[in-house]
Amino acid sequence: MTTAVADAHAAEHEEHGPEKGIKRWLFSTNHKDIGTMYLIFSLIMFFIGGAMAMVIRSELAVPGLQFVHPEFFNSMTTMHALIMVFGAVMPAFVGLANWMIPLQIGAPDMALPRMNNWSFWILPIAFGILLSTLLMPGGAPAGGWTMYPPLILQTGDAFPFLIFSVHLMGLSSIMGAINVIVTILNMRAPDMSLLKMPMFVWTWLITAYLLIAVMPVLAGAVTMLLTDQFFGTSFFLAAGGGDPVMFQHIFWFFGHPEVYIMILPAFGVVSEIIPAFSRKKLFGHDSMVYAASSIAFLSFIVWAHHMFTVGMPLTGQMFFMFATMLIAIPTGVKVFNWVATMWRGAMTFETPMLFALAFVFLFTIGGFSGLMLAIAPADVQYHDTYFVVAHFHYVLVPGSIFAIMAGAYYWLPKWTGHYYNEKLGKLHFWLSTIFVNVTFFPMHFLGLAGMPRRIPDYSTQFADFNLIASIGAIGFGLSQLVFVLVLLTAKKGAKADDRVWEGAHGLEWTVPSPAPWHTFTTPPKARIANEAFE
Amino acid sequence: MIRKSFLSLLGLVMASTASANWAVNMPKGVTELSKETYELHMMVFWWCVAIGVVVFGVMIYSLIKHRKSQGVEPAKFSHSTVAEVTWTAIPVVILLIMAVPAAETMIKAEDSRDPDLSIVITGYQWKWHYRYQDEGIEFYSSLARPSLEARRLDAGIDVNTVDNYLLDVDRPVVVPRNAKVRLLMTSNDVIHSWWVPELAIKKDAVPGIVNETWFRATEVGTYRGQCAELCGKDHGYMPIVVEVVEPEAYQAWVATRTDGDTKLASAD
Repeated sequence: MTTAVADAHAAEHEEHGPEKGIKRWLFSTNHKDIGTMYLIFSLIMFFIGGAMAMVIRSELAVPGLQFVHPEFFNSMTTMHALIMVFGAVMPAFVGLANWMIPLQIGAPDMALPRMNNWSFWILPIAFGILLSTLLMPGGAPAGGWTMYPPLILQTGDAFPFLIFSVHLMGLSSIMGAINVIVTILNMRAPDMSLLKMPMFVWTWLITAYLLIAVMPVLAGAVTMLLTDQFFGTSFFLAAGGGDPVMFQHIFWFFGHPEVYIMILPAFGVVSEIIPAFSRKKLFGHDSMVYAASSIAFLSFIVWAHHMFTVGMPLTGQMFFMFATMLIAIPTGVKVFNWVATMWRGAMTFETPMLFALAFVFLFTIGGFSGLMLAIAPADVQYHDTYFVVAHFHYVLVPGSIFAIMAGAYYWLPKWTGHYYNEKLGKLHFWLSTIFVNVTFFPMHFLGLAGMPRRIPDYSTQFADFNLIASIGAIGFGLSQLVFVLVLLTAKKGAKADDRVWEGAHGLEWTVPSPAPWHTFTTPPKARIANEAFE
Repeated sequence: MIRKSFLSLLGLVMASTASANWAVNMPKGVTELSKETYELHMMVFWWCVAIGVVVFGVMIYSLIKHRKSQGVEPAKFSHSTVAEVTWTAIPVVILLIMAVPAAETMIKAEDSRDPDLSIVITGYQWKWHYRYQDEGIEFYSSLARPSLEARRLDAGIDVNTVDNYLLDVDRPVVVPRNAKVRLLMTSNDVIHSWWVPELAIKKDAVPGIVNETWFRATEVGTYRGQCAELCGKDHGYMPIVVEVVEPEAYQAWVATRTDGDTKLASAD
């Protein structure tokens, strides 16, 4: 009798391996498989959004219209932004979270595995709907990703599909965020106190709270657009007593925290990588936590700095200017701490470290232009010009995306069990870094010289820098194909040992490489594991 | 397309030697506020350069000296209260130095009392309408014909041959030098934004709302700008031209506009 039970139990365990074929992915509740799906999905979206950027930069290479009509150009800028923000950057960080948070805190899986499956599979549907608008009468949404009314209400048949796809993206993000919070708060290794958590886990915890706070606000704002369009309300229509500017307040109340949703996990990734390759502990771990929390808090009270030209009362402008300037302080602390981590370390420069270092340099440049934009009277000149385009691309491309790349290279051997091709990785890094600057640095000059953003054609005085930016953009786009080559050859390299990198710390390096399908089925002792490497 | 790009590249090299169209900075402009804005911009820029030199300097030094291949042993420290307090406090001081002049300029920019002249500007998809409040002059201002013909896809016109391509209008706004001009801005359809860099004015024209701003141009000249808020397919094709003239010339212009031309202008 006892043996029979034991046998049945053993047989059950035999079946705990992954299912075969499509079922493994469709019905997956495994954090590693879902993480992989998120990452692959975001890479596909990165290339689709990137292809749209290529259309934009080809059209803008020389003055005069060459390839597309203005309506389609506006659709491209709108869709490029929506896809990159909601389809590439955010899912990539959720993918990293899915893979790494359970491994870093010693949990067997995410706390809510079925919801995890659902929050992923919503995304292909949401973006299927969004991309299908390209084929609809009236074209894809062309009112900008910010969806300002009344302009966005002039969208054709695509309009309700846009709103519905934004709802779905929000739903997916909220469920992902709940999962992250529940996992971190309940499933840490028993002796891992909150302040002992790795920085990537910390920044994701804060990010998840931001997501829960603001995604419903976005959902509310777009729902009001929907009822204004179809159900006779006038939330944002002046003719019915509504206020078009109110949409901007609501949108940016979501939008500014959204900016930090896309950068805080990047801070976390970089805070893992710089100590590992400096062979030194992260400088000021606790102040990093406080800085990230301060940034998150400030993100809720600075939204109207996106709106200095809408006509705000003087006191309102003052408040939002001063509050925005304050963000420079915790952000400065972060940069100084990274530099102090490198200081008197013993650095080596493998691909993850190179991307992390470029992140620190180039994100800081984006931070400088951010500080300039905070100065409200000067912002009047910068607002809605290519200076702003340069600013947010500096914090998003060599900021968020470089951090995602750094994280992918850093953890890839843990995922595949093999070292990737370091030569190809370095090639990818150098091409990306050179071309990202060729693309976006001249945009500062264009904006200051007076070129507005979101225009398909421009005065001939802007021709020279636009051509340089277009050459850079096409170079950057092609360079990303090297990354695909790295992924395709990822399992061809030498076998990776458990720790992968000489200076790496944390629980994820105590499990074998590749990480088995189930890990930490019994909780580890975090402190003991960590001390083993010190 | 490749040939076209190559030709442009060639043109680029020639342009850099001949006409040098490499404007890299904000114009100083022709109003007191535009000059103050420029000064603010440059002040913050130089602070950023200074901070950048220090931070990147330390980082680059570290990248050169503190590498494993130099045979260094990594240090053990991971905390320093003195350092952390210092690099929190110094930015606070720098920010205060920036905040004071910025607030001063902002207060001036909001003071549109006692104007010499008021113009109501209404944004339309895709042109501007101007109404001089006391002079009874009103007219639409649209993209000038040469640009209009050259802007189309496959127009077959080299845009480099068009003067002020996309930055020229059929009827410019004319204002007297040294007069305080108040602008009242609104829109008839979607949100637009009236921007002339040399006047350091960018203000949204929002339907249902009247926004207010002002300028006092101190130099005679023609100043060009564009709509700065995405307003639909022809957002890139609704430029702004402001002509600042001597007060006598302005009076003469007013006289011609009020002699029947107004009807003609407002009829279109």
